[in-house]
Amino acid sequence: MTTETLPEQAHKADASIGGYVKNYLDRVRGGELGALPAVFGLIVLCVLFSILRPAFLTPGNFANLFTQGAAVVVIAMGLIFVLLLGEIDLSAGYASGVCAAVLAVSLTNNGWPWYTAVAAAMLTGVVIGLVLGALVAKLGVPSFVVTLAAFLGFQGVLLLLVKGGTNISIRDTTILAIANKNVPPIVSWIVLVVGVVVYAGIQLFRARRRIGRGLLADPLALIAFRVLSLAVISGVAVYVLNLERSRNALIVSLKGVPIVVPVIVVLLFVWTFVLRRTAYGRHIYAVGGNAEASRRAGIDVDRIRISAFVICSFMASIGGIIAASRANSVDPNTGGSDVLLFAVGAAVIGGTSLFGGKGRALDAVLGGAVVAVIQNGMGLMGYSAGVKYVVTGSVLLLAAGVDALSRKRAASTGRR
Amino acid sequence: MSQGPVLELRGINKSFGAVQVLHDVAFSVYSGEVTALVGDNGAGKSTLVKCIGGIHPIDAGDYFFEGEKVHVSGPRDAADLGVEIVYQDLALCDNLDIVQNMFLGRERKSGLVLDEATMEEMAAKTLDGLSVRTVTSLRQYVASLSGGQRQTVAIAKAVLWNSKVVILDEPTAALGVAQTAQVLELVRRLADNGLAVVLISHNMNDVFAVSDRIAALYLGRMAAQVKTSEVTHSQVVELITAGRSGELGIKNGNGAAS
Ligand SMILES: Nc1ncnc2c1ncn2[C@@H]1O[C@H](COP(=O)(O)OP(=O)(O)O)[C@@H](O)[C@H]1O
Ligand SMILES: [Mg+2]
Repeated sequence: MTTETLPEQAHKADASIGGYVKNYLDRVRGGELGALPAVFGLIVLCVLFSILRPAFLTPGNFANLFTQGAAVVVIAMGLIFVLLLGEIDLSAGYASGVCAAVLAVSLTNNGWPWYTAVAAAMLTGVVIGLVLGALVAKLGVPSFVVTLAAFLGFQGVLLLLVKGGTNISIRDTTILAIANKNVPPIVSWIVLVVGVVVYAGIQLFRARRRIGRGLLADPLALIAFRVLSLAVISGVAVYVLNLERSRNALIVSLKGVPIVVPVIVVLLFVWTFVLRRTAYGRHIYAVGGNAEASRRAGIDVDRIRISAFVICSFMASIGGIIAASRANSVDPNTGGSDVLLFAVGAAVIGGTSLFGGKGRALDAVLGGAVVAVIQNGMGLMGYSAGVKYVVTGSVLLLAAGVDALSRKRAASTGRR
Repeated sequence: MSQGPVLELRGINKSFGAVQVLHDVAFSVYSGEVTALVGDNGAGKSTLVKCIGGIHPIDAGDYFFEGEKVHVSGPRDAADLGVEIVYQDLALCDNLDIVQNMFLGRERKSGLVLDEATMEEMAAKTLDGLSVRTVTSLRQYVASLSGGQRQTVAIAKAVLWNSKVVILDEPTAALGVAQTAQVLELVRRLADNGLAVVLISHNMNDVFAVSDRIAALYLGRMAAQVKTSEVTHSQVVELITAGRSGELGIKNGNGAAS
């Protein structure tokens, strides 16, 4: 070890906040854009629509954004697991429709209680994922083909379940509450404060423990920045959502955080934890990065593949339940038309790579927000569905292009 | 240092479909020594190594470890014995960092959660033990490392586990002069620390510089396994290209060992 030897201290990378910023900028220049395009796009779009249509910036519309985007965000979050492996699930949209139909049939036609109906819908999702995953992993059929076939098949199953085109309305108040009711304002404030404090506590605890063991830890300034951003962003959101948004507040009051928001937050937390802090999550990234290396490391690659499809379809079932709640009914179009493309778009716009190995649960939320803002804003501007599709399609193409380009750039700078 | 080989294979056969790649191969590896495994392209060196590592199941033959007959039916089995392989293609995940790669498939956990701090400490200790100071941060993505650094990470990954046998498949093939010297020095140090090391290489200078024994594969057969000090460059080259050299080699006492 005589050549290329660096001084001992080089082991310890620059731990100051300046070092972090420089490191981050280096990574961005090297093609690791992360959340940057989505956040930037979100800000530009919001500013643009607020100027063009003041109605965009009202508390009522802000709440709408969440309930409109929720199902797509949840489906996208599941899709990210499949995308991380470099696979695709084209059937996730109609899988959500089938699960929603199972929910509706159980509730309305069979009179089951909501929890059994929800369990049946989720179980349907898990079974769908098992079948798709087994076909891809064990039989080796490309996921594109398997899920394209499933896309068509589930469309048929959905039609059969809702008996050829009629729609099944949902009257169960618990299910309807998911997308139509709100959390009492005081509760959301308490949850917010507790959440921020716990987040700060975990971050500080982890940093202190690492410093105690002589390891490199995040600088205090960075932790403060993260905690502060979380507090400000979620604080503003909760404040706005807690404003009165009923037109006749005297007759019926309408305020609070829609119930879908805590649902998404919990899912985001769970899947982020799984991906970042567990061996299973690490293996998902490993298989997506280099399946053969993972196999040689003793990882059961087939099991990882199947489980990713199970998570994807399971999340699609939750997305289906949310969609059913929002529409108050299930029809042959539930989970159809644009749902899947919006979900894939959300993941990719958020920064998940279509080449596998790169992505986070948060990408679904960021990208889903972009998609929801485009839909909502253009709707307010009075554009037809046709124009909205063209624009959303272009944005998806743009995001996929950015993905491919940043991959190229990363390769040329030796990062991938 | 024990007298007998720590790892010994006898009569190994391996076919891929109709193509038989390994014929009755015998191979012994000793603690504290570097055994060079040489042979022409396609001779079956990587295949033999993958059979040892449990990547390919063997069709016939016996696998002895520390004198005991064992069955290795997967990468985990080999790892449990203390056999680690640094593959020709390195088998690293570009999208993971150095620590994550070193512990891949064998992550340290406390409860459900990954114990990142312990893994980072162990990785740092291993790299220090190998006197590796060429990486600036253990949390660098492997994608951003140079060829020599990647090789170093792959070797460190192999010795992290108190392994007994470390096999390196052409570790210097893609490296420059300086990095090759570093890796060879590392290989020698592993053996001096008591490990059994198998080094696959095409470079005769490298082989003679670091190895104690040489095993030559010729068209899937073990031509000879000899002490490095007892052969010359040209004899080894003959074993590689013709399968025999004088009284050594396939025609004279199949697979003669020293
Ligand atoms: N997975 C495989 N399937 C079929 N044939 C293989 C496979 N792996 C190796 N071979 C064949 O086995 C022979 C030996 O290959 P290999 O072990 O890679 O040689 P070496 O490493 O000595 O250059 C080659 O003819 C190669 O084509
Ligand atoms: Mg080879």
